[in-house]
Amino acid sequence: MIPQQPNVRVRILGIQWTRVCREMKPPPFKYIAAGSIEDATSALADNGGDAKVLAGGQSLVPMLNFRLLAPAVLVDINRVPGLDVVEENADGLAVGALARHHQLQTSPPVGARYPVLAAAIGHVGHLAIRNRGTIGGSLAHADPAAELPLIARLLDAEIVVIGAAGPRIIAARDFFLGAHTTALEADEIITRIDLPALPPGTGWGFEEVTRRAGDFALVAVAATVSMADGQVTQARIALAGVGESPARASAAESVLSGQALEDDAIDAASQSARDAVRPSTDLHASADYRRHLVGVLTGRVLNAAWRRTVREAS
Amino acid sequence: MTEQHAIEMVVNGVTYARKVEARLLLVDFLRDTLGLTGTHIGCEHGVCGACTVIVNGASARSCLCFAVQADGAVIETVEGLGSVDDLDPVQQAFRVHHALQCGFCTPGMLMTTIDLLRKCPSATDDDIRNGLSGNLCRCTGYDNIVRAVRAMAGERRE
Ligand SMILES: Cc1cc2nc3c(=O)[nH]c(=O)nc-3n(C[C@H](O)[C@H](O)[C@H](O)COP(=O)(O)OP(=O)(O)OC[C@H]3O[C@@H](n4cnc5c(N)ncnc54)[C@H](O)[C@@H]3O)c2cc1C
Ligand code: FES
Ligand code: FES
Repeated sequence: MIPQQPNVRVRILGIQWTRVCREMKPPPFKYIAAGSIEDATSALADNGGDAKVLAGGQSLVPMLNFRLLAPAVLVDINRVPGLDVVEENADGLAVGALARHHQLQTSPPVGARYPVLAAAIGHVGHLAIRNRGTIGGSLAHADPAAELPLIARLLDAEIVVIGAAGPRIIAARDFFLGAHTTALEADEIITRIDLPALPPGTGWGFEEVTRRAGDFALVAVAATVSMADGQVTQARIALAGVGESPARASAAESVLSGQALEDDAIDAASQSARDAVRPSTDLHASADYRRHLVGVLTGRVLNAAWRRTVREAS
Repeated sequence: MTEQHAIEMVVNGVTYARKVEARLLLVDFLRDTLGLTGTHIGCEHGVCGACTVIVNGASARSCLCFAVQADGAVIETVEGLGSVDDLDPVQQAFRVHHALQCGFCTPGMLMTTIDLLRKCPSATDDDIRNGLSGNLCRCTGYDNIVRAVRAMAGERRE
């Protein structure tokens, strides 16, 4: 039996209307509002894999509405105090898992120290989505084309998780195991994301191509470039939308290492990034088009990074 | 019997206390339980923006939030704006600039505009197009909506 809300009776234009209420879309679940991290992890452990964390709900609730998922229990972490704190420290930035996209995008330390992160978040969905969606949810959801997993790979983020067996730290490169698949155990939640500090004067770039504003990217590319004495000391290039998980273009990064950042080096790196990817064809774009985008966007982000490095150095 | 949760929230200044099943979406709570049918339902997966309301001061999709999560929240919906005889300035701007035809998208457009202008009072055309990009309209072609919001932002710039 599907329980229903009582029907609504209203009078409009002198006529009594009865609005027959619809059945509810999401499947039934037991709702637990966790008051602390321990509450949340014990609720997950008690329900042996049939419980899901509910954060911003911007990916989970659509899947429930479509009935693609039917977990027995939802553990709502929105009321856990302190889980959304964004804090600068000597090593970089500590971002609480519950920090909302909009909160992070407009947070002063992000603007000052990780402008590439703020730029990337601007491409996540729309304002109302960014008001609710969280960084922890985005990483745990692990969409192959999502911006925040891409930035986590780019910046070598460390993902702090806690479960029944205690806390552990997972490097971003070990966290994403495939499309919508991560190294998280069923009883673990992400509590914090640590972003290591970038060397002063690091240039950056972020570009993506979508069919419509706010859609997931066909291809997204981000880069940071650090220089000393006119030579690249560290170049990082990360790609999303071209495989099951976001990845670093390591061959292209080595092409740049020790070089002066000039047109030739940027062309060679873009070519290398493009040659290394093996995207697939789907409804939204062909493999060839995606490969083409990797080349073009890598060139653009490196040029942007170059401009920004030079400006900060002068 | 499915478990019922007692919730209380303030919608447009009025406090409502009800019992709900956990899986009841906020939009269905507003429309079916409270009878506030001004908030519309289009896609029910966050894409169209028709169901946008303001929850604790920030715009949100009411189709992607459970009513039980809004326990203790302050909600603003289109019914809290003006009345037919006394339109809210945003509604008035939409009227003057012919920013609606069938009106299906309008409640979501209005609530999104309110959040946008609170966050960015002198929004540029780019800010406006970006801010409204998550609200689909099948009638107007958007230009008149942008014009209405631009008029609001322009007034605030002056
Ligand atoms: C219309 C629309 C457009 C969108 N466009 C984009 C886009 O362009 N780019 C993009 O990246 N995203 C996009 N999104 C998704 C959005 O970014 C989500 O916010 C994000 O993917 C999930 O975050 P959430 O907090 O909403 O998580 P939820 O939906 O609450 O959860 C998602 C998953 O993560 C798990 N989870 C959540 N928090 C934790 C935690 N702390 N620890 C462990 N597991 C956790 C949940 O159990 C669930 O499996 C879009 C969404 C919509 C509705
Ligand atoms: S009904 Fe909520 S966004 Fe479409
Ligand atoms: S006025 Fe008809 S959908 Fe916008």
